[in-house]
Amino acid sequence: MNKVIATVRKNMKQYTMMLALAFIVLMFQGLTGGKLLLPMNVYNIINQNAYIVIMAIGMLLCILGSGSIDLSVGSVVGLVGACAGILIMKWKWDPYLSILLCMGVGILVGAWQGFWIAFVKIPAFIVTLSGMLVFRGATLILLQGGKAIPVFPAEYKQFFVGTTPEFIGVWEVAGMKIYLTCLLLGILIAAVFCLTQVISNQSKKRKGYEYATPGALTVRMVIISAIVIWFFTLLARYRGIPSVLLVLGVIAAVYTFITTKTVLGRHIYAMGGNPKAARLSGVNTERLMFFNYVNMGFLAGIAGLVFAARLDSATPMAGDGFELDAIGACYIGGASAYGGVGTVSGSVIGALIMGVLNNGMNIIGMDVNVQKLVKGLVLLAAVAFDVVSQGHVTLPSFLRFGKGKPEKITAR
Amino acid sequence: MASTILRMENITKLFPGVKALDNVNIDVTEGEIHAIVGENGAGKSTLMNVLSGIYPYGTYTGEIYYRDELCAFRNIKDSERRGIAIIHQELALVPHLSIAENMYLGNEREKAGVIDWDLTNQQAAKYMEIVGLKENPRTLIKDIGMGKQQLVEIAKALAKDVKLLILDEPTSSLNENDVKKLLDLLLDFKNNHGITSILISHKLNEIEYCADRITIIRDGKSIETLDKKADEISEPRIIKGMVGREMTNRFPARESKPRGDVAFEIRNWTVYHPLYAGKKVVDDVSIKIHHGEVVGLAGLIGAGRTELAMSVFGRSYGKQISGTVLVDGKPVRILNISQAIQDGLAYVTEDRKGNGLIISNSIKHNLTLSRIEFVSKRGVIDKDLETIRAAEQKEKLDIKAPTVEQYVENLSGGNQQKVLLGKWIFARPDILLLDEPTRGVDVGAKYEIYQIINQLALEGKAVLMISSELAELLGMCDRIYVMNESRLIAEFSREEASQEAIMGCILQASKGEISA
Repeated sequence: MNKVIATVRKNMKQYTMMLALAFIVLMFQGLTGGKLLLPMNVYNIINQNAYIVIMAIGMLLCILGSGSIDLSVGSVVGLVGACAGILIMKWKWDPYLSILLCMGVGILVGAWQGFWIAFVKIPAFIVTLSGMLVFRGATLILLQGGKAIPVFPAEYKQFFVGTTPEFIGVWEVAGMKIYLTCLLLGILIAAVFCLTQVISNQSKKRKGYEYATPGALTVRMVIISAIVIWFFTLLARYRGIPSVLLVLGVIAAVYTFITTKTVLGRHIYAMGGNPKAARLSGVNTERLMFFNYVNMGFLAGIAGLVFAARLDSATPMAGDGFELDAIGACYIGGASAYGGVGTVSGSVIGALIMGVLNNGMNIIGMDVNVQKLVKGLVLLAAVAFDVVSQGHVTLPSFLRFGKGKPEKITAR
Repeated sequence: MASTILRMENITKLFPGVKALDNVNIDVTEGEIHAIVGENGAGKSTLMNVLSGIYPYGTYTGEIYYRDELCAFRNIKDSERRGIAIIHQELALVPHLSIAENMYLGNEREKAGVIDWDLTNQQAAKYMEIVGLKENPRTLIKDIGMGKQQLVEIAKALAKDVKLLILDEPTSSLNENDVKKLLDLLLDFKNNHGITSILISHKLNEIEYCADRITIIRDGKSIETLDKKADEISEPRIIKGMVGREMTNRFPARESKPRGDVAFEIRNWTVYHPLYAGKKVVDDVSIKIHHGEVVGLAGLIGAGRTELAMSVFGRSYGKQISGTVLVDGKPVRILNISQAIQDGLAYVTEDRKGNGLIISNSIKHNLTLSRIEFVSKRGVIDKDLETIRAAEQKEKLDIKAPTVEQYVENLSGGNQQKVLLGKWIFARPDILLLDEPTRGVDVGAKYEIYQIINQLALEGKAVLMISSELAELLGMCDRIYVMNESRLIAEFSREEASQEAIMGCILQASKGEISA
């Protein structure tokens, strides 16, 4: 029994944010009288938050690499949306080509900012603050004083809003429609997950590393498979897979791979942990910093395409304030403001926490002003919890319970 | 008969999972210099943190009596009010504030919140004179050297009317000249100002020089207190107490001899300061190292040794670098650090926390960082292979940690230094530039690092060893170069080299500079 508790405690930190998300979901499920997890609402939550998640992943790399943020992403969303509007609707260019060109715009924006930050060494905060104004200004100019360009063609929207086509068919049971492709995909993902878990555990066992006991492994596989399949069942009951979920899934998978498995990722963590030591170890820190901001521009560009599709128009103020959501998502997800600490999955969860919070508060009809206040406090609480639970600080004695003894001292 | 100023009785301090202090007893007599010695991690700094209130009363067990009064310090302010001041190894000065501002930080000369700058500067000047610091009180901290910064810290303590001064490894970043000045200052405090000092140090010759009594701490326990009047105090005697066994040889013997061929050569190397245009930090230096040879580079701090090593290592320091580098007799152009690593160079920095390690990462990640391509394919890391290689390295260098997943910040100084060395050995270099490889490391770990260096020489690698401890260079090196004020001024073979000869030629060179 003690061993079980010890195992739970050891893995607790890793799952804290996931538990926080689960808690918030259950809380709003209760408060909204079950409306939060209705298939249609889950579908909406995904569409409402996909662009934030995409930006949060880019933001994470910036934060990881140097502890610096990008304030311009909201304006870049607006700019790229405006470009898409002009290319596709005004000039009637091919939507596919236009999508590629818009991604190019994002990359150019990133290269511009990366140049000043990485090579001229102007603090990122200042460069991106400037970018925030410059790109918003450019958006307004492109849209000729702020006139929105409405209605994108279907070819464009198919990638970013709406649903992927149904390949297999719809199964009607007990008055419910079940989209089978979606269901199958969920089962497939769960199966692949279980398979990789078993294989990696076997290989660990063979090479003599610490490996999970069959019991622990089974529990983990069952819980995660159940969540995955349940989630896809929800979607299958509404319309199937939102296409943006696929975009998001690919991006999250690619960046998880980059950060955990590649030399590039390791170098980013090293640079964030100690830039001088990383440089003296042969890491080209300038190029890496440049890459981080180019990448941020690229992902902000994709977020801009998604958001324009969702609004179904290119509007001058699109993306206003998004930077704060993206940054907040990273910090809620456990990234360190000093750099070097954080994960892609953490940022995705952080963004989902923000998203569910928004959606839940909307459903229960909370005053918009109060909503802002709650979000601000949640951000602070999440980071404070993280800092205190890592034991880097001891609270002043009047905040401690018990007889004024610090519970944990890590100073040596 | 002098009275006892401080008595610490049965001090025990627990950290989660570790007993840092175990029934430590110390008494310090008024007006003496009391040295505390012990290996890294023996508990010296913890003990001083208990004394100064950094670990408040109640978080440890045992009693502290100051002038026969039981102390219950809740924080540093409490202990300072009683006249106890602690100067930490890492100085706590604000670089962009002036000397005077730093001295009175937290203790401002003010009326109703308004600072009286004339009074501040005047009083600061008074204390600066006592410590022999010849600077304007308005000079910014960033513009004065480490030695002077140390003096500012001491002057700051004096300004608080200190009675008991605690210095935690005060000389670890000073050169031999400044060390002597500092120790003489402590003696002056004792004789003329009635200030008692507690000196924590690794450097036994310093302790021999100025301490009246020595308390030895080992594994969190106070082992014994030696008295200069009663006991024989000698380095071997102190080392025996510290490590619990006799250490006859401080430097392990090396079996291998340097081979005939030159592995590494620098010709006419000149480097300018990165900020001050026209200031040469390395001036026309030429050196060579053979395969299997350990070559020392002696000199005072600021002589240009680190600058030389770093500028060679992929131009990581300086501007307008000129000169030739030859590896195995062939000229190479090294323009950046990754080229330097490719060409078989390794630079082990003197500042392991600042420039060397990523302390928030694991041992494993640190060990593989400089040559991660050895454990990856097409940019993808083979994590299992990485773990295996890192574990081998940990085993080889005897890094004391449960696993390679351990974070570097949780290791002792000696083990961190071994990780830093291991990181560069992992890169399989042919030429190692070691900058102060034993700084802030205890006697036992030093010996192990010397063994590692010998092993590298045995494998035929060329080693350049920069050190401010002459004894270490004399004990380890086949040849010793001496640098002074950016220039190479002498070269000694092992037989010719002696402490006197090297110091003598440095002093002479400095004098020559002045008369010229």
